[in-house]
Amino acid sequence: MYGDTSIQKPIKIAEPTSEEQARLEELFQQKIDDNIKIEPQEWMPDAYRKTLVRQMSQHAHSEVIGMQPEGNWLTRAPSLRRKVILLAKIQDEGGHGLYIYAAAETLGTSRAEMIEQLQSGKAKYSSIFNYPALTWADMGTIGWLVDGAAITNQVALSRGSYGPYSRAMIRICKEESFHQRQGYELLLTLSKGTKEQKEMLQESVNRFWWPSLMMFGPNDADSPHSAQSLKWKIKKKSNDQLRQEFIDATVPQAEFLGITLPDPDLKWNEERGHYDYGEIDWEEFGNVIKGNGPCNKQRIAAHVKAHEDGAWVREAAAAYAEKQQNKDVA
Amino acid sequence: MTDTKEWPLWEVFIRSKAGLDHKHCGSVHASDSEMALEAARDVYTRRSEGVSIWVVPSNAITASKPEDKESLFEPADDKIYRHPTFYDIPKGAGKM
Repeated sequence: MYGDTSIQKPIKIAEPTSEEQARLEELFQQKIDDNIKIEPQEWMPDAYRKTLVRQMSQHAHSEVIGMQPEGNWLTRAPSLRRKVILLAKIQDEGGHGLYIYAAAETLGTSRAEMIEQLQSGKAKYSSIFNYPALTWADMGTIGWLVDGAAITNQVALSRGSYGPYSRAMIRICKEESFHQRQGYELLLTLSKGTKEQKEMLQESVNRFWWPSLMMFGPNDADSPHSAQSLKWKIKKKSNDQLRQEFIDATVPQAEFLGITLPDPDLKWNEERGHYDYGEIDWEEFGNVIKGNGPCNKQRIAAHVKAHEDGAWVREAAAAYAEKQQNKDVA
Repeated sequence: MTDTKEWPLWEVFIRSKAGLDHKHCGSVHASDSEMALEAARDVYTRRSEGVSIWVVPSNAITASKPEDKESLFEPADDKIYRHPTFYDIPKGAGKM
């Protein structure tokens, strides 16, 4: 899962303070233009490092918070098959969070700092997880649309310039495909079910369609500092490009499911070779980002509670390790 | 937050199958080596990606510095006589 950084204030890019600095920046940009990956310990502009830390921590937080809406349905999965699938998917999301935290730590920010920023509200996560998962169909819709949107983003990110992030993305993309397919399969099953099941499917897609499109972030025209991220290859494609790719891939899948998407303006544009779509409600997006979505408070509260409830385990393990170490010395 | 210090960081290396080298794949936080192994197993081998895991305390690794790249690696670039293609062997000599 992925949270777009352009929803936050841009990080200021300082003018080079010396000739040496200017030379380093030029060499750095040259490497990026030549598609040479940047690795930890290498020189990089301060703003590049900060932009990456922010984007990666936001991305990792999204993975971890994303476990909550699905965890909510574990005990109510309709069969053992669906339950083990859901468990495996949620475990993957936790794993994805850890890959990205580990990659972000190579930039010199500790995981503890990142988690503190999440819990204090300083760091954001993808707005999609502030919507509740109200029905079992949502487990399918989240896999199909939310993970589908995430894959579109992450395939682009796997070609990004920072080595550890790009490697984490490659690993994640390999696993994410299962997430989308299991979701679509779940929805296909519902689409062949009773009238109530078909209605549940349509209702779920109606709720998740627009928030899924918002996952790609604001329109390019309203995302002015995306240009720098593109130049540094932190981003490989613009928000609108990725959104269009996702829509073009998803509409035929919706038709196959025999459902409609809740956008009267959605139609194939022969001339453009793409689907046209209606205006996104950016006011709603802004509100959810600001913390006024249906579940913002609940998500952070659950994270803080789990963290605090687990504190004694962390302390006990640290104390045990220390005791063992002292024994070795003695 | 109650934690004052975080568990140490461990680098994780995985042998994907017998016959191949262990390869670095990421890191985990753990209080000791045993927990680091268990965490590495859960985080990095959920789909049979490995048959063997090494965990190494991150601070035990000594790495070359990027600024030493030239002095360390560039001298090798002009020693082309270290490569087999430097030598002309007539076809008549057979496969070599």
